Amino acid sequence: MAVLTLRRKLAILSDAAKYDASCASSGTEKRSSAGTGGVGSTEGSGICHSYAPDGRCISLLKILLTNFCVYDCIYCVNRSSSNVARARFSVEEVVQLTLDFYKRNYIEGLFLSSGIIRSPDYTMEELVRVARSLREDHHFAGYIHLKVIPNAAPGLLAEAGRWADRLSTNIEMPTDIGLETLAPEKKPSEIRAAMANVRGKLDEAAPDRKAKAKKAKFAPAGQSTQMIVGADAADDGAILHRAAGLYSGYKLRRVYYSAFSPIPDASSRLPLKAPPLMREHRLYQADWLIRFYGFDVPEIVSGGEDGLLDLAIDPKLAWALKSRARFPVDVNRADREMLLRVPGLGTRSVDRIIATRRHHRLRLDDVARIAGAIDKVRPFILAADWSPGGLTDDNRLRARLTPQPAQLSLF
Amino acid sequence: MISVRLEGLNDFDEWRQQARRLLAAGLSPAQVVWRVGDEESGLFEAGDDMLPEPDGPVGNVPRAFPDLARQVIQHSDPQRFALLYRMLWRLQDDPHLLSNAADKDNSLLTNWASAVRRDSHKMKAFVRFKSIVDDSGLERYAAWFEPEHYSLETTAPFFVRRFDGMMWAIITPYRSAFWDGESLAFGPGGQKSDVPQDDAVEGDWKTYFASIFNPARLKVSMMKSEMPVKYWKNLPEAELIAPLIRNARNMEAEMIERATTQPPSRHLRQQARLPEDVGASQQIGTLTDARAAVQDCRRCGLCEHATQAVFGEGPEHADVMFVGEQPGDQEDLAGRPFIGPAGQVFDRAVEKVGIDRSRVYVTNAVKHFKFEPRGKRRIHQRPDGGEVQACKFWLNLELGFVKPKVVVALGATAATSLIGKSATIGKLRGAPLDMADGNTLFVTNHPSYLLRIPDAAKKAEEQAKFEEDLLLVRQAMAGLHRQH
Repeated sequence: MAVLTLRRKLAILSDAAKYDASCASSGTEKRSSAGTGGVGSTEGSGICHSYAPDGRCISLLKILLTNFCVYDCIYCVNRSSSNVARARFSVEEVVQLTLDFYKRNYIEGLFLSSGIIRSPDYTMEELVRVARSLREDHHFAGYIHLKVIPNAAPGLLAEAGRWADRLSTNIEMPTDIGLETLAPEKKPSEIRAAMANVRGKLDEAAPDRKAKAKKAKFAPAGQSTQMIVGADAADDGAILHRAAGLYSGYKLRRVYYSAFSPIPDASSRLPLKAPPLMREHRLYQADWLIRFYGFDVPEIVSGGEDGLLDLAIDPKLAWALKSRARFPVDVNRADREMLLRVPGLGTRSVDRIIATRRHHRLRLDDVARIAGAIDKVRPFILAADWSPGGLTDDNRLRARLTPQPAQLSLF
Repeated sequence: MISVRLEGLNDFDEWRQQARRLLAAGLSPAQVVWRVGDEESGLFEAGDDMLPEPDGPVGNVPRAFPDLARQVIQHSDPQRFALLYRMLWRLQDDPHLLSNAADKDNSLLTNWASAVRRDSHKMKAFVRFKSIVDDSGLERYAAWFEPEHYSLETTAPFFVRRFDGMMWAIITPYRSAFWDGESLAFGPGGQKSDVPQDDAVEGDWKTYFASIFNPARLKVSMMKSEMPVKYWKNLPEAELIAPLIRNARNMEAEMIERATTQPPSRHLRQQARLPEDVGASQQIGTLTDARAAVQDCRRCGLCEHATQAVFGEGPEHADVMFVGEQPGDQEDLAGRPFIGPAGQVFDRAVEKVGIDRSRVYVTNAVKHFKFEPRGKRRIHQRPDGGEVQACKFWLNLELGFVKPKVVVALGATAATSLIGKSATIGKLRGAPLDMADGNTLFVTNHPSYLLRIPDAAKKAEEQAKFEEDLLLVRQAMAGLHRQH
């Protein structure tokens, strides 16, 4: 077999990683290389160092250690029956690439995943070796995200969490049936048990005021997961319900939704069409509303039809249009919870409205300045000089607030 | 009109000094023109030589103002000094001005500060170092960057924290920053040609950039809003963007059209090696088999959201089997029964009445956790009749393999499962019942019931009743021993 150049391996193994939606490098502890002679820092919020033409942020060097895999998951480009080009990095190669890229300020750190080779333990051990070498041999203080291989030994998981900022285990499919149909070797309960394991270790490492000794650190940026959207028949209600269960059960920082995108050499059992990007976008918006705006899953889903979110308008507006009896909301009196439910007002706008109204009553102009745009807000609020009158209940309101079809496309 | 001259483009302390003099002299914003560097003064402007030097306090500002002003003064708008002085002036009469988000000056100030923060953030993101190795083998890094505002001085410390072990320089049109591994220094601005054009690793970076892009997800406007085109000229990867966009449609079509091909031979060898996974559920001959098989259980919908099935634990041939309702949050995560708060209540009570915990088998009527997600918590939900019935299959297997002589139902769900019809604890507790298979059944509360009683007196009363029931179990166990 011909020997591959490092650059060819990089091309193959980053191509193999591009279907993973996660990119974040935020939410970890504050670290710096000051005084160490090494490189690397993390300051809480991550940095996107570039953007691909697919609009996705490039923050980390996101690669697979190898795209050889013993599993045959139908949705995955790296499944064993696929004819894609294969490659494998050595531990040293990944370490060197990470440092080279980092020192030129191309990246915030490394996101390392891998196909399963030999055994879960062997694969996990290889991932851990990369992280250990970066931290111990090179005093690397940048961000490291490692993929958890389900069924790997607890000792390896503990070490992974010692070196990594974030760990992730992908749930892959919104339903167990979907996963078992498309990924015959994967067991949903093993994936969930891996997440439960990580959660247990996160809990153990959580700061405790009573504990005298400082606890060993474990993945300070927590854990995340990814769900593929549109490869099976699961509706948005099922997807969001699954996500809510994962958030509550495993204290996930993020659930990433990944519109299923056609892969080369794909099975005929898959929907080979353009990825449902708008659906993915609406799911992220819904997820956000559930985590930060006090909405629950049934409320969000009720904004759409038949368990699917409305693709034409955002989920908060969709909910508000179906809950008009709760509007208009008086911006000068309403409590925070209700202001957060007004379409077009985000958490920061709401905070600024509350701060400003302590000094004077807000007029529509004031709200416009704070919110940035007023069209979506106007029908749902009362202000000192504004009442929407019949606008709130107007039959044509939805049509008026729906972007024209030409603008609907994300391109 | 008084003209105030500043040396620095973004020196907050210098501006502050001048502003204090103006304030002390009582000059309103309308009477002042700010000039910077060698910018020419207007025809009708007087110099600032006459202004007094204040030696005491000249006014008050809210704590947040200096921080905001330090950011705003880096903005490239020539009006920044005047805006800051106007705010300072107005704050003397209206100390709450900064919390009025609707005020025009205030919102301008906020917008400028956020533009500066954004510019600084983009510098952190889009600086691209090039490596230079000199003849002695010493490696240095240099970058050319064109910030939109005067943000180099405040952003350079970030690079110090990040690249401690490197020697680097960042050159901008108005100023340069240098780090030699020990101290940070600033010098005059420079130009793009001061920094080398080539770098050994840049080709790898471009390879990565092109490969990580998914052509099926083209979203150019999104990319441009986060990575504005004005930065592209200094980003090596940016030259790839146009060709990638041009080819995206073809690449996507090719991915969709490329039909499935014959799997590689490696795949067939691998498939042959995989262990046969069939028949596991048909051949359950031992407790160990059952323990493995329950993980694949699909008898009801609960498996879908629970982490794993939680099977019973204890000696393989225990005389006594305790049956609870279902695993809770902690049991679900750990995969073991009776380890959560209710399990601890159970353990304490068992120990107190003198039952040897290591000699009993504990399990649940339902093996999967049923819950409703609520924020960051999972709220326990009682399993329904269908779920209890579906799970009876596994409980029966446990009863069959363990062969306990005494079974204890903890709570109504367990009692219902074991008796086969709806059960009331109050009526059944306090005396042994005969089961159809000849075993003895005791019924008592689930220990989690004790946890939920708010009233202390009532709680103590129920605790005592629970322990009385357990005492009956212990007596029955003692009876079994005499029979042995």
